[in-house]
Amino acid sequence: MERHDTVEHDILVIGAGGAGLRAAIEAAERGLSVGIVCKSLLGKAHTIMAEGGIAAAMGNVDPDDSWETHFKDTMKSGKFINNWRMAEIFAKEAPDRVYELEEWGGLFDRTPDGRIMQRPFGAHTYRRLCHVGDRTGLELIRTLQDKVLHTGAEVYMETTITRLLKDGERVVGALGYVRETGRFVHFKAPAVIMATGGWGRIYKVTSNSWEGTGDGVILAYEAGAELVDMEMVQFHPTGMVWPPGVRGILVTEGVRGEGGILKNSRGERYMERYDPEKMELSSRDVVARANYTEVEQGRGSEHGGVYLDITHLGPEKIKKKLPTMYEQFLKLADVDITREPMEVYPTIHYTMGGVRVEAETGATTVPGLFAAGEVAGGLHGANRLGGNSLSDLLVFGRRAGIGASEYVKANGYSLEVDEDQIRQEKERVLRPFENPEGGESPYAIQSELQEIMQEHASIMRTEESLREGLEKVRALKERAPGVRIEGSRMYNPGWHTALDIHFMLQVSEIILMSALERREQRGAQWRLDHEGLDEELGKVNFVARKGSDGEVEITTREIEPMPEHLSRLFEED
Amino acid sequence: MESSQHRGASPETQKTVRINIYRGDAEGGEFVEYDVPLVEGMVVLDAVLYVQAHISPDLAVRWNCKAAHCGSCGGEVNGRPKLLCKTRVDDYEGEEIRVSPMRAFPLIKDLVTDVSWNYEVARSIPEFKPAEKAPFTMYEEDVERLYEPKRCIECFLCQDVCHVLRSHHKHPAFAGPRFFAKIQSLEMHPMDTGHRTEYLKEGRGGIGFCNITKCCTEVCPEHINITDNSIIPLKERVVGDYYDPAKWLMRKIRGRRNGE
Ligand SMILES: Cc1cc2nc3c(=O)[nH]c(=O)nc-3n(C[C@H](O)[C@H](O)[C@H](O)COP(=O)(O)OP(=O)(O)OC[C@H]3O[C@@H](n4cnc5c(N)ncnc54)[C@H](O)[C@@H]3O)c2cc1C
Ligand code: SF4
Ligand code: SF4
Ligand code: FES
Repeated sequence: MERHDTVEHDILVIGAGGAGLRAAIEAAERGLSVGIVCKSLLGKAHTIMAEGGIAAAMGNVDPDDSWETHFKDTMKSGKFINNWRMAEIFAKEAPDRVYELEEWGGLFDRTPDGRIMQRPFGAHTYRRLCHVGDRTGLELIRTLQDKVLHTGAEVYMETTITRLLKDGERVVGALGYVRETGRFVHFKAPAVIMATGGWGRIYKVTSNSWEGTGDGVILAYEAGAELVDMEMVQFHPTGMVWPPGVRGILVTEGVRGEGGILKNSRGERYMERYDPEKMELSSRDVVARANYTEVEQGRGSEHGGVYLDITHLGPEKIKKKLPTMYEQFLKLADVDITREPMEVYPTIHYTMGGVRVEAETGATTVPGLFAAGEVAGGLHGANRLGGNSLSDLLVFGRRAGIGASEYVKANGYSLEVDEDQIRQEKERVLRPFENPEGGESPYAIQSELQEIMQEHASIMRTEESLREGLEKVRALKERAPGVRIEGSRMYNPGWHTALDIHFMLQVSEIILMSALERREQRGAQWRLDHEGLDEELGKVNFVARKGSDGEVEITTREIEPMPEHLSRLFEED
Repeated sequence: MESSQHRGASPETQKTVRINIYRGDAEGGEFVEYDVPLVEGMVVLDAVLYVQAHISPDLAVRWNCKAAHCGSCGGEVNGRPKLLCKTRVDDYEGEEIRVSPMRAFPLIKDLVTDVSWNYEVARSIPEFKPAEKAPFTMYEEDVERLYEPKRCIECFLCQDVCHVLRSHHKHPAFAGPRFFAKIQSLEMHPMDTGHRTEYLKEGRGGIGFCNITKCCTEVCPEHINITDNSIIPLKERVVGDYYDPAKWLMRKIRGRRNGE
């Protein structure tokens, strides 16, 4: 049999974004041996791309802000299918997590009285986003990265996990391969924390990098974990439109936070028609649909977007507050945003659904498996508020680190797995090299899938179109195992893509199936064939799991009623 | 190895651009020519990814954000260190385009080099040591000068261009410009109590090797003025710490730190 290396840790963290790093720090500081695996280099995960800021109700600018208001904003924007216990913990702990970053050397813009500055963002009642210009994610990841490098945690860069390994019911490690050499590694660990981020890459127009292929959510699903709210995919209202090579790249909501105005080709400030109160700072689902509708109805810009104008802020302030945006448009699109408007259009950005976890510990429904960050579901419900992801990573990354540490300390399990699991997985992973010549290219399958999802699981959905999409995805799933790869196992992106599409196809199927079930208009799930909210559906989450026949099984799960101390908060309005 | 004639012009754009990409590994390699359809506003990374998707799927390149935010796609275009995602193809109209890996690091394959050394350096730098618990009271004017070095996206292009690494291979004894920017951001943080002058002078920092050629500043895609705003102030700090008798004594008493 093909050989492999073996390493052992108390905790294996899969993913080195904000969630994974925060979890690793927590576990390492508790004296456990931690291994962190990531597909890219350290410090390059998605989190680095976050621009606008991190939401935490510290009230530095608006003293009336409180965890209660942050909690309410989060629940309202999630259309009440959020896990309210997660939202409560989140709103309460976010400020401490931000201050902790400050104590680790993270730097944020300051208020005149020397505290952390906070900016307004869509559907946050108060000015709440701590930020450093428009490169907040960079500061966050660099701070955590430095901290991790100074703990004893071991980082396995450019290593991809393709399967979780189980001993009976328990997850006790994972199998992966080193991208540089193609060599297999068996990671043995009594607890695994999944922190692999989202799956925006299954769409054609997305703000996500190549990494966002849904590996973690499917690894968990295949290990038996339950997934929730998978139909909920966020379209960010403002992605770049032109030139073609940058289509989908994010234009931070910070532009609107700093006063940016949306206009159509007739020069109308059309948000007046969609949300006269909050205007450009309405929630993302609303603004994204508005932008989409303006273009659909023929009021779009030259390259099929709408206009976002920040020129009134003046060059100096723009360069101070939005330096990255300034540079990005100037270099890549030949547009000077201090003088002309940007062209923008919705782009697939974030996945609210994910692995179902316990709010307190990040434990999934499978023993030994924990999850945190974008890969986990529940906190954001039907729509995520801007800035709520970064604080999510820190709050629940830390909690998963604690949860996994305690689990490890309390349990003394064997880490042995039956060799068959490993052998089968190696065969699957190496199959693209063995397939007969003339097999399809993985890139072709990937781009076909992206077209299908863009068309059928889009910002507006219908039964008919979702069904058609599902059929197409299933047909593609049949073809995928036949892809053929040339070349060696050494740093071979074609091979890597062949493995990614397995995850991408499976997560796509689950999204389409869940979207078929939720027959209403709620947040990001907008069914044109079912008008408005359905009160009954507001009481349930859709849960996906792998059935005993190996096929996807979708069921509903009642949302527990909110306890009095939380439900009371909404009565006061 | 691929043959040198590759076409892929799509029906709507008949125009193509020719790009030469270094293909090879530690054992050796060569430039291979590819013709890819020219798309308006195209960057070099677009062309490379086109080759990967349509012509040569095993072409190795690193990228993540495609928007000059993550620093993954560092390479060289016509011998100059560049972010491939920020380098427009139309900047080279009428010129040949040759894309190659960074030279200061060992080649893994094609455009991908082994940059792990940088992470070892990062690990060796004495970490941030806060004077007090957060929340800190710090004013804009106290922290203003930290924003610049903190813009660093760790593309390592400055490391690539620096002759101390590129030509003299002082990797074991020299941290390189990226980490001078880093150390500046730590040293000048109002709440930091760490000490890094010994690290810079006697330890792995090796700032004495730098003879202020400013090449690093010139290639930095984040426009960080590494030489003037990081290296020179740090050199001054080293001089101050070493040749000011009171500080010299302090250092003796404190002893060597951080295991150098
Ligand atoms: C352009 C952009 C801007 C954003 N701006 C904001 C903002 O201003 N505020 C905000 O709150 N949120 C923002 N978000 C959202 C937020 O950045 C992400 O949701 C968040 O960073 C996700 O973090 P994470 O730790 O869950 O995962 P990620 O940062 O995505 O990291 C995932 C990690 O998992 C690893 N991984 C994945 N699969 C595997 C595998 N099979 N094996 C091994 N490792 C694997 C990856 O290599 C990576 O290290 C933005 C997102 C984008 C794309
Ligand atoms: S200024 Fe110093 S660090 Fe920068 S390239 Fe020249 S020698 Fe290297
Ligand atoms: S200092 Fe500039 S050139 Fe050097 S790594 Fe950072 S961003 Fe890149
Ligand atoms: S891909 Fe991120 S900097 Fe080029």
